[in-house]
Amino acid sequence: MNIVVLLGARTLGLLRGWGHAAFFVLELLRAVPASLRRFGLVVTQIHAIGNRSLVIILASGLAVGFVLALQMYYALVAYGAAESLGLIVNLALVRELGPVVTALLFAGRAGTSLTAEIGLMKAGEQLAAMELMAIDPKVRVLAPRFLGGIIAMPILAVLFSAVGILGAYVVAVLLIGVDAGNFWSIMQSKVDIWRDVGNGVLKSVVFGLACTCVALYQGFETEATPEGVAYATTRTVVIASLWVLGMDFILTALMFSTP
Amino acid sequence: MKPDKLIEIDHVTFGYDASRPILNDVSLSFRRGQVTAILGGSGCGKTTLLRLIGGVHAANKGRVVFDGVPVNVRDKAQIYGIRRRLGMLFQFGALFTDLTVFDNVAFPLREMTDLPESLIRDITLLKLNAVGLRGAAGLRISEVSGGMARRIALARAIALDPELIMYDEPFAGLDLISMGVAAKLIRTLNDVTGATSLVVSHDVPECMAISDHIVLMAAGGRVVAQGTPSELMASMDPEVRQFVRGEPDGPVKFHYPAPELAADFGLRPEVRP
Repeated sequence: MNIVVLLGARTLGLLRGWGHAAFFVLELLRAVPASLRRFGLVVTQIHAIGNRSLVIILASGLAVGFVLALQMYYALVAYGAAESLGLIVNLALVRELGPVVTALLFAGRAGTSLTAEIGLMKAGEQLAAMELMAIDPKVRVLAPRFLGGIIAMPILAVLFSAVGILGAYVVAVLLIGVDAGNFWSIMQSKVDIWRDVGNGVLKSVVFGLACTCVALYQGFETEATPEGVAYATTRTVVIASLWVLGMDFILTALMFSTP
Repeated sequence: MKPDKLIEIDHVTFGYDASRPILNDVSLSFRRGQVTAILGGSGCGKTTLLRLIGGVHAANKGRVVFDGVPVNVRDKAQIYGIRRRLGMLFQFGALFTDLTVFDNVAFPLREMTDLPESLIRDITLLKLNAVGLRGAAGLRISEVSGGMARRIALARAIALDPELIMYDEPFAGLDLISMGVAAKLIRTLNDVTGATSLVVSHDVPECMAISDHIVLMAAGGRVVAQGTPSELMASMDPEVRQFVRGEPDGPVKFHYPAPELAADFGLRPEVRP
């Protein structure tokens, strides 16, 4: 009996949590038009979220490009298919690794920063002060960060992929000696701008939306204590990463199911 | 003609958990142009009362009336209309730490009005001058002391010349000089602007010195007594006397309810020496 009661309580709690989060997202979306009218606030957030994530994104993109080229070369050369290296590296980056790894890094760098910032604003009663000034914090604080995250993420993902391809070029062409013309021309002929690059960008927009929503929700709903903020930032990374990995599978199945 | 009472609290009961009320059937009214101090120990519901007036929470029972109109927290337009007419000083200032002193005070002017920047600058400097901090306009919030932060928050609270100014523990954690400055500012601003002031505090001497009316609250969200400062000082009610004189034990017990000490240490009463 106790197990049934416990299970029921857990299920209800889970459903209530999801409902609460869904209402939060709806209110956030409702605040977006007012926030767009003050685009300067959004630009500030694009800088804070995007520009400050550049170092980690570019360094990771370069490292992934290096390793990917090396591993692919070892695998392909055994079958005499080393000339396909440029294509495989490109598709792996623009379709999968660019959006997914950028989103995971984004959750860890920008997501935690957003959660901690909003959580500390709540703990310091700054959000309550805004409310009592008749200023809606969802419009003034949350919506600009939400838009900033959605705009910054695809830009970061494109940069990740671009730097990754350059890294692969350095390893494959300059160090190993793969033919440079072959490396670039196979990309040019086989990679489709809409199907491959476009879908990759679309994925990163969806991931940006998910990561930013999770980060803002966790910050806004955090318990206003140091432990509460610490716990909320951890939850941001875990929940946002799981959302990204789960959605990536679904999006890949939808986008690339036909050859 | 406007009603004499700006705010009426009419048989209000409130608790985040309905089984544990923070305010219990509280009825009060606050007159225009007066400084009213709401005194009481920690956790007796003083700050909650301010939040109910600001429409942050809805009363479980009873009603809050602002300028003759019952507050309905579901009506966002009405709540925001009321909030535009009030300013609140939070216990720790609630200043925006990413802005300078100047930008903090200018914040409500920039957000709530279409005034040109030159006029906003002048109003902001005037407000800062009123709290004695015009010279600190360019400082960051991390560079100011606790007392200064409280005065900056006060300048921000009065930026839009509100009809009602609510002060949540304005004297907490201040040194004697800062406390005196804060008390004088509250009284002066009230008289100069013609606003109505509600001061939530547990600092008896300061509130006695600056208030026209005092409400004393106690644990369980009850109103124990109210009247002018001299009436409360002369009161023979044991609860009022204990609070006003700061006696450690009396009707308000020193110990939180607990089992017998001997029982907690595993000793039976009969074996105690």
